[in-house]
Amino acid sequence: MINRQLKTPARLSQLEEVLAFLEQVLEECGCPMKVVTQICVSVEEIFVNVANYAYPDDVGECVLDMEVTPVGTNQKGRAQICISDDGKPFDPLAKSDPDITLTAEERNIGGLGIWMVKQSMDHVEYEYVNHQNKLTLVKTW
Amino acid sequence: MKIDVRKEDGKKWFILDGRLDTTAAPQLGSVLEEELKDDVKEVVIDMDRCGYVASSGLRVILQAQKSMNRVGGSMVVKNVNETVMEVFEMTGFSSILTIE
Repeated sequence: MINRQLKTPARLSQLEEVLAFLEQVLEECGCPMKVVTQICVSVEEIFVNVANYAYPDDVGECVLDMEVTPVGTNQKGRAQICISDDGKPFDPLAKSDPDITLTAEERNIGGLGIWMVKQSMDHVEYEYVNHQNKLTLVKTW
Repeated sequence: MKIDVRKEDGKKWFILDGRLDTTAAPQLGSVLEEELKDDVKEVVIDMDRCGYVASSGLRVILQAQKSMNRVGGSMVVKNVNETVMEVFEMTGFSSILTIE
């Protein structure tokens, strides 16, 4: 199993760094390209939320903890990514799901990101512990 | 993201190259807004070299679709790979957009 951590300022300008970190670790573990993209999009949605809302008054930190198990004999590949910040308590999963049957004109702009995370990951969990928001994503392949 | 704009047989093509992520979305948004100002009735978005779309990117594509609807024009999204197609399907965009 591979464990990696990235600590970065919770700023939109760091998105490139976050995605490069994810890609590097996942590719090192032989994760298929399609799954790499799904994980990157999901982490991006969460990271952007943290960058935009967690620290209204200053720039705080966002920490990514990755735990990746490559495919082995009788074993699926598995990635677990925990995204944490010590900003305002906020559960992104509490939001109601968007109505994806609406026409273009009826659509409003919110809620799609978290919906995509829920749809493309195997497991998504939020907890608030020790004054930290922790969003954990799990994906197997 | 690199965005190439071309005019061919009266259609305006937007050829996307790179990730349509939260950093690239506003960039594409302003290119579309600028380019769709003058009487454009047919738009093609070519995603052959874009295999990554975040929700911020979807919003920009939705915006473009809405503005084409307003002027009675058409918009086609071409060369969508499997991963992006799944994103369009899970968000219901596959029934909003014309995907070829």
